[in-house]
Amino acid sequence: MPERFTTLTSSTFVLPQANIDTDQIIPARFLTTTSQKGLGAAAFYDWRYDAQGDLLPDAPLNTVDTTEHRVLVAGDNFACGSSREHAPWALLDFGFRAVISTSIADIFASNALKNGLLPICVGPETHARLLAEPGGRVIIDLERSELSIGNEPPISFETEPFARRCLLDGVDTLGWLLERLPAIEAFESRPA
Amino acid sequence: MSSPPNQPRTLFDKIWDAHIVQAETKETPAVLYVDMHLVHEVTSPQAFAALDERGLCVRRPDRTYATIDHSTPTLPAGADGARPYATLAAAAQVETLRQNCAKHGIRLADWDSADRGIVHVIGPELGLTHPGTVIVCGDSHTATHGAFGALAFGIGTSEVSHVLATQCLLQRKPQRMRFTVNGRLRPGVLAKDLTLAVIARIGFGGGSGFVIEYAGECIRNLDMEGRMTLCNMSIEAGARAGMVAPDETTFAFLRGRRHAPQSEAFEAAVAKWRELRTDDGAVFDSEIEIDAAEITPMATFGTTPDASVAVGALVPAPRSDSESKALEYMRFEAGVANTHHDVNVVFIGSCTNGRISDLRDAAAILRGRFVKDGVRMLVVPGSEAVRRQAEAEGLDRVFIEAGAEWRLPGCSMCIAMNGDFVGAGQLAVSTSNRNFEGRQGKGARTILASPATAAASAIAGVLADPRTFARETEHA
Repeated sequence: MPERFTTLTSSTFVLPQANIDTDQIIPARFLTTTSQKGLGAAAFYDWRYDAQGDLLPDAPLNTVDTTEHRVLVAGDNFACGSSREHAPWALLDFGFRAVISTSIADIFASNALKNGLLPICVGPETHARLLAEPGGRVIIDLERSELSIGNEPPISFETEPFARRCLLDGVDTLGWLLERLPAIEAFESRPA
Repeated sequence: MSSPPNQPRTLFDKIWDAHIVQAETKETPAVLYVDMHLVHEVTSPQAFAALDERGLCVRRPDRTYATIDHSTPTLPAGADGARPYATLAAAAQVETLRQNCAKHGIRLADWDSADRGIVHVIGPELGLTHPGTVIVCGDSHTATHGAFGALAFGIGTSEVSHVLATQCLLQRKPQRMRFTVNGRLRPGVLAKDLTLAVIARIGFGGGSGFVIEYAGECIRNLDMEGRMTLCNMSIEAGARAGMVAPDETTFAFLRGRRHAPQSEAFEAAVAKWRELRTDDGAVFDSEIEIDAAEITPMATFGTTPDASVAVGALVPAPRSDSESKALEYMRFEAGVANTHHDVNVVFIGSCTNGRISDLRDAAAILRGRFVKDGVRMLVVPGSEAVRRQAEAEGLDRVFIEAGAEWRLPGCSMCIAMNGDFVGAGQLAVSTSNRNFEGRQGKGARTILASPATAAASAIAGVLADPRTFARETEHA
């Protein structure tokens, strides 16, 4: 069950590249795990380590303090490609709790919400401001569906209502589906 | 929300409506019933663990089918019978799936099975893929099955656990796009070329939130394998799913397949499947039309699947920082022909192009010719059935005699997690589906192309137009 998400005040961390695919977020060779834990070590691995496997000390992802910078601001069309849920698992374990972009791939967004990583889509102007101010302070209020940047008036954002409710109230999605079993049984016994 | 019954509906609407267990509201998504759940070793272990934590069973093992494909080596077992897994973790992952399937009574196409192969190759092969059904898998290329007029899409591992436990998913209804391809493909132009042209037209994220129905004369004239190639890459335009209305081509493909309805039941099924088409006057949220005759062999030049031009064309000037970075990564220059660079690796295989017709297309170019010195060519059939058929036709000999490696079925170099990979800095012409940075190995540079183009490139040592080779063959 995901950690609840209500409000988050944090500095941003910016990766301005467009089309960051889930192979970048966690390369496929780290997918042979049978666990969902500890994948932060593999997050953006090829951006953080050289071909010999040595840490790139100047890579921004190696200097970021994710206890301070818990909101990832990424370029357009974030997390496209593979459906691997390892991507949100890796980002959460790395220390991020929210991702902001102009567009976020739908399988990733669905996976992220189920794990307590909040995907937020913003318009190009807001996005440009966030990209221009790496490390800026943002406040995310999921109950109000509002994002505040610095001291400016908050901007509203949309989250799929059920996923939002699940995050706010800690609803267990699988448990909710299991409660639908009578309807599922009725569906299955319909005449073909 | 379901459409009113009297209103003309799209193919997608008909399938969607028929699978609603509980209707979508503002507060909650639809509860959507899943007819067939395909499972593989990579995206399932955590889902089975979630069931175990709650003491749940798999609700419908009869609607679940598993295979091993992503982490599996494509080299044969050693003299001691041991499979050459890339890592202990990969072997353990396969063993985990084996145990989960045994525990829950799920059919598994394991190493000893004549049915084993890439999940999206074996589903149709075994007749598990039926028109009008909802098919899911923890794999983004699940849209492949849409070629049969199914609603098929990739899901995450949490959703895999939902389907295992309840046979249902929570889903908001996607929007509808119709992509019409008029006319016919020119000789020597393959379904993969069409696919790359379609993605270039929609754009990398342009299909986001949509289910695409592919329609038009060109689509009707594609064989099932071509339709699968096209639907397979719908996700590369960001779309949730792609589909083609079933027709005689579909029914002929499915007739007699092991898990398809048999004899009278098949005829009854066909009668129902004929209803699975978009009604006249049904409205799409987006419509795109292109002309098939304008398409030539295509190849990508960037690091997203939409960045493609004709084989032999000049690499276009970048329009953004991201595009500049992509060219830098690929070591390509704008204004220089895409056929200019030495190719190091050629890969033929994957759920996009690992079927028998793909191997035939490649072998037709390669027959009697040789892979250029310095080029490594790997041919990986999509399934054991494809491998048997190819070997029966002597295609394996064509590849081996040309200097290529003939491997066991699996995802192999497409996702590069089984030990088959393209080395850092090397340039590959690949029939797979993603040219992302590092997708085929850290630092690997990928050009996506058709099997014929890949084979031609293996001979030429640079990206090459297969039609040149086809003409030579005709005149020989």
